[in-house]
Amino acid sequence: MIRIENLVKHYGDVKAVRSINFEVKDGEILGFLGANGAGKSTTLKIITGYLSPTAGNVYVNDLNIAEHSLEIRKQIGYLAEMNPQYLDMRVFDLLEFTAQIRGIEGKKFRNALTRVIEQCGLTGILHKTVAECSKGFRQRIGLATAILHDPQILIMDEPVSGLDPNQIVEIRQLIKELGKEKLVIISSHILQEIEATVDRIIIIHEGEIIANGTSQELMASFHGQTELTLEAQGTTEESIAALKDAAPEISIEKQVVEGDRTILSLEYDKGVDPRIAIFNHAVKSKWTLLEMSTHKAQLEDIFRKLTIQGGSDA
Amino acid sequence: MHNIKVLFLKELKSYFNSPMAYIFLILFAIFTGYFFTNTFFLINQSDMRSLFSIVPLIYLFFIPAVTMSLIAKENSSGTMEIISTLPIKDSEFVIGKFLAATTLIIIGLGFTLVHFFTLLAVGTNIDLGAVLCGYIGLILVGAFYASIGTFTSSLTDNQVVAFIIAITIVLVFFLLDKLLFFMPSGLSGIFQFISVDYHLSNISRGVIDSRNLVYFGSMIAIFLLTTMRNLEMRKWR
Repeated sequence: MIRIENLVKHYGDVKAVRSINFEVKDGEILGFLGANGAGKSTTLKIITGYLSPTAGNVYVNDLNIAEHSLEIRKQIGYLAEMNPQYLDMRVFDLLEFTAQIRGIEGKKFRNALTRVIEQCGLTGILHKTVAECSKGFRQRIGLATAILHDPQILIMDEPVSGLDPNQIVEIRQLIKELGKEKLVIISSHILQEIEATVDRIIIIHEGEIIANGTSQELMASFHGQTELTLEAQGTTEESIAALKDAAPEISIEKQVVEGDRTILSLEYDKGVDPRIAIFNHAVKSKWTLLEMSTHKAQLEDIFRKLTIQGGSDA
Repeated sequence: MHNIKVLFLKELKSYFNSPMAYIFLILFAIFTGYFFTNTFFLINQSDMRSLFSIVPLIYLFFIPAVTMSLIAKENSSGTMEIISTLPIKDSEFVIGKFLAATTLIIIGLGFTLVHFFTLLAVGTNIDLGAVLCGYIGLILVGAFYASIGTFTSSLTDNQVVAFIIAITIVLVFFLLDKLLFFMPSGLSGIFQFISVDYHLSNISRGVIDSRNLVYFGSMIAIFLLTTMRNLEMRKWR
């Protein structure tokens, strides 16, 4: 379990993280989402012991990171952002070195090696130097070194950035598998990358948490507008004006005339459904309806809205 | 101890995985060989003093070159983040690196043993004690300069900057003894004590005094501890 209390990190005058609080339970996959520079990586670097917090506390399995950094580092597997690696080392040497530092030797090492080769698909590259491996393989090597000691906690900073779509699917599957029994934190600045993988999402913006919940919870609590596009023939100025009376909750945002067709963009609050009233009005006014479609707010819209406007706690 | 050994071996391997170690060893052998044999048959003396006096000068450029990448490279390539999130203490990290650099220097010194064997073959009345003390002195100076290099490498992520700062600091310790003439007389005793030459010349004469050992030991400790402190500070920046 990871518990973060009032975490603050300043880089000189720059306030990278301003008092954030959250908790992640064992067996949970947490998506840590935010625009570039929002404070995601800084938070993860503090949890992994690379940086010290300016203020606040981080507890990993009830151990305070300020006092038990070494102990905590033994329990965490970490895939850093940009996945820095010792390029001149052979893949086998790198894995062996990591294992030795983690105290895995002899038969245990051979077992661990077999496991990560299978899990991360490293067959055939053990004798290569890291520099000779492609980006996708380097990402797997990074992941292999992170899970070599079978940690209870796995932290990955942008694990799929820069990978091709096939590799993204593979890594996602692996993360999902690992997340069944481990506590996993994945950060990303692209929502789709993690939406499918995670149990819960925390959105961080300018060093503060602005949303925290499952994707359903975030969707439900998002008080946005629903957009409705209506395309019809046979409309008149009067009948369009009368639409407002038939469905008073709508607002007409845009009206485009293309030949004999009119395209209306309507908006209404979430929670109301004026579609029947609109349809009845169209029938009454003898419109020929060509299209009536709604655009539901996606998680992506929530993310955009929250991170562009600042937003409020969801 | 286990972690120091693992880090030491990794670092030493990485020296030999790159051209660095080979360039260092070959050039070191060429330079020392040239300066030793150049005068060896002219002076007609059965000792290695000419070698022992030239090596500290060669160290001046070679050791900063060997140590410049130690930590600066970890900083610039981002692997510092990997290594600092592994369960390794800063002290183990620094000592492992320092020992690897010192070992490379000792291997370089090992190459000069060929001159010792030449001496054994052609010389008479060789003072073996003086030769042994000379080597001990060179190892101590090498380790001292390596600790300076380790420290400067931790200051920056630019290897060239680390190299230049290391040469500057090493030069100060190297020249202090030679500049005593210009110092106020009250201070000259202190400056003499902190200069490398003073202690090295004592040891090279065949006298291994605990004062000289304490000097090298504490100098190395000061620079390594400062390096550890510096790494610790990085977390708070």
